[in-house]
Amino acid sequence: MPDAPGLELIAQDLDQTAAGSVRGTYHEHGQACLIVDPEQILAVLGWLRDTPGQEYRFLASLHGVDYLPAEPRFGVVYELLNMPRVERLRVRAALADPEADPSEPGRPRTRSGGGDQLPEIDSCVPVFPTAEFHEREVYDFFGIIFRGHHDLRRILMPEDYVGWPQRRDFPVGGEPVIFTHNERQVPRWFE
Amino acid sequence: MAKGSARLEIKREKLRALSPLEEPQSAAELRVRQMRARDLLRGDLEGPALERHVAESVLTTTLDKTMRWGRANSIFPATFGLACCAIEMMAMVSPRYDVARFGAENLRASPRQADMLILSGRVAIKMAPVIRRLYDQMLEPKWVISMGACSSSGGMFANYAVVQGADKFMPVDIHVPGCPPRPEALLYGFNKLQRMILGDPDPGWRRRYNAIGTEEWARPATGTASTEEAEAYAVARELSVARHAELAGESG
Repeated sequence: MPDAPGLELIAQDLDQTAAGSVRGTYHEHGQACLIVDPEQILAVLGWLRDTPGQEYRFLASLHGVDYLPAEPRFGVVYELLNMPRVERLRVRAALADPEADPSEPGRPRTRSGGGDQLPEIDSCVPVFPTAEFHEREVYDFFGIIFRGHHDLRRILMPEDYVGWPQRRDFPVGGEPVIFTHNERQVPRWFE
Repeated sequence: MAKGSARLEIKREKLRALSPLEEPQSAAELRVRQMRARDLLRGDLEGPALERHVAESVLTTTLDKTMRWGRANSIFPATFGLACCAIEMMAMVSPRYDVARFGAENLRASPRQADMLILSGRVAIKMAPVIRRLYDQMLEPKWVISMGACSSSGGMFANYAVVQGADKFMPVDIHVPGCPPRPEALLYGFNKLQRMILGDPDPGWRRRYNAIGTEEWARPATGTASTEEAEAYAVARELSVARHAELAGESG
């Protein structure tokens, strides 16, 4: 785990190599995180993997987050690991929602307005081949497009499923179960 | 009783027919039956008279019952586990609970050989078509037990990924509550199913689910069926529909 000054050094070096790629850092609970520009994610990951002294060669996990109502709304999180030093580094690409209403940031978008525009980010399969299934999962649940992924389709939900179920504005689903204590409250329970 | 005689009074009765319904009410009726039996032995009975005689005889009136008894006590469940309830289902087969006491210890690995499906666990929307196909592949007569809260109503999985009750897409005969039900509970449900089979003719669920005429007969493959096959199929279907109409009339 890089400590807080170590994280700042990494951020500085990275910002010099890939100009303007680092948007912020934080160090909490002994965990270091770099917040980066999604457009430069390949450069960032490549640099962290190959630069002597960094050498985060292992992608332990890749996952998506929906921060609604925060802006930018989505995050794609890469958990990197340096095996010899047992150091972990989290890289988070902050992705804006292309359907967000710019006049009212933070408001959940309305379905009636825009088309079905999805947020996009470069696929990191060329850098870390293990990311293939992880990216399919993120696509499946959050509807984030990974540019350059050779086989981007649903991996867990049925192929004909409609919607991105792990987004925060997706309805949870389910239906009320009728017991004796609530059967009168459920409308037309007898049908 | 007279003094010095035996302390037990023995009442002598004439030998009766096995069923009280069939006991001849008068001497004339008894005579008719005797004559009919003699005619049967001579081979003289034909048509409706023969039908009547066969229907009246002891063996055929109880054959249906015997068949149901045999079915209820020799059920082959499918080896099919969905989730954590399957652990309890396996325990039911184990010697401690021992479903072999009720004749259902032979779990078949193929739906073609099974006649009971236990839905042991939550049914994900991706699994539902698979289960439906397995069910359709099972041969008639077939029964389904929905085991636990999840397969009966969705249970704790009130979300987008789980079917809220397996009876949304297939007929279910018995619902066993619990999360998970203990093996005893499942055995109790199974005994209920046996009672159902014993007391009810097998197509019971078709009436309940308004699915008359959906039986799977040896359906001829398209284009290659012979005329005899097609005719046999049509006749079997007709008979089934007629039987259901009759049953529906009986029940009201």
